[in-house]
Amino acid sequence: MTSQQVKKLPVRVYEEWCKGCNICVAFCPTQTLELSSHGKAIVAHPDKCTYCGLCERLCPDLAITVRPRPTKNEASTVDSKEADDGKK
Amino acid sequence: MSDQAVTVSYLRSKKKYPSVWCPGCSLGTIMGALLRAVDKLEIPRDDIVFASGIGCTGRMPVYTDFNTFHGTHGRALAFATGIKMAKPRLKVILAMGDGDSTAIGGNHFIHTCRRNLDLTAIVVNNNIYGMTGGQFSPTTPLNHFASTAPHGSIDPPFDICNLAQGTEATYVARTTSYHVRPMQKIIADAIAHKGFSVVEIMSHCYTTYGRRNGFKDPVEMMKQEKENAVTLKSYEKKKAEDASYELEPGQFLTGVFVNDKNRPEYSRVYADLSARLREEQ
Ligand code: SF4
Ligand code: SF4
Repeated sequence: MTSQQVKKLPVRVYEEWCKGCNICVAFCPTQTLELSSHGKAIVAHPDKCTYCGLCERLCPDLAITVRPRPTKNEASTVDSKEADDGKK
Repeated sequence: MSDQAVTVSYLRSKKKYPSVWCPGCSLGTIMGALLRAVDKLEIPRDDIVFASGIGCTGRMPVYTDFNTFHGTHGRALAFATGIKMAKPRLKVILAMGDGDSTAIGGNHFIHTCRRNLDLTAIVVNNNIYGMTGGQFSPTTPLNHFASTAPHGSIDPPFDICNLAQGTEATYVARTTSYHVRPMQKIIADAIAHKGFSVVEIMSHCYTTYGRRNGFKDPVEMMKQEKENAVTLKSYEKKKAEDASYELEPGQFLTGVFVNDKNRPEYSRVYADLSARLREEQ
């Protein structure tokens, strides 16, 4: 996956902090996440995510962030918004 | 900012992360809720003292960018009492484990409840001494296994909230590490409360407790927290409908049990006494 594609995902996992505990995977109400073969959470089904934020709050290792729920016509503005976030 | 970004902004140094806690340990989740509660209350971080004793829970202040105090086992409340009495304007928050707060520190616990000094005690109850090697604690359930109870514990456990209520703490609440949103709200309420507040958080230690007691992984333990929690409201409703209704074994109540704003706060009482004596001189 290119970094551009990663940026578009609803959820981001910081691999260095993820301990692969499976909590986000097990409790996500829509089964968006999976554990990769090397034991890190991955966003396996991004289209299923409802941006509820549960994984972010439950992760004991502060290793997940969920992007704000995009508004209907936001698709085209997402990139510039992310660029802003990156600077902070 | 996202919840995670808010939480991370309160870390002392990102270099200290990942934490020492085992995969799936509830302590990180609880610390996150605590940091977001502080953020919501907009208390300047320099006005907060975050104190602890020893144990896995005792590691929590190590990561946070407040004034922190890492004391000896069971004595967090004793040190915190000194800090609060010396500088009553500071907000003093404590993180304690079940053994730390009700065994080694049991004496401090009951007397802090009785005095009503304005401290916030977050008691993380994982039913075991984790860091020291899985010995049974005062909250290990009957017949459950620990390194020092290889045939099952025969000691009837404490109910920490009952203990706090019985010794007259003015804010007593219980939640679980799964219920992150209510947890964050309860912690914020407890910090805002002027008096001694006790928040018991039912949590899990897979490494030293779960493995010995038939759990497959931390997820399974967290699921049990989710399923066994019965809110005080729903309990009261069911009880009103059917007087014979009781909790099933393993279930526990969650919610705010005591929120008494009328009892005088100890550092105030002390300041008044000191002012009166000065006048009389
Ligand atoms: S909850 Fe956090 S640490 Fe656990 S697998 Fe998910 S991202 Fe990794
Ligand atoms: S935000 Fe909610 S739906 Fe999306 S991955 Fe996280 S838990 Fe699942």
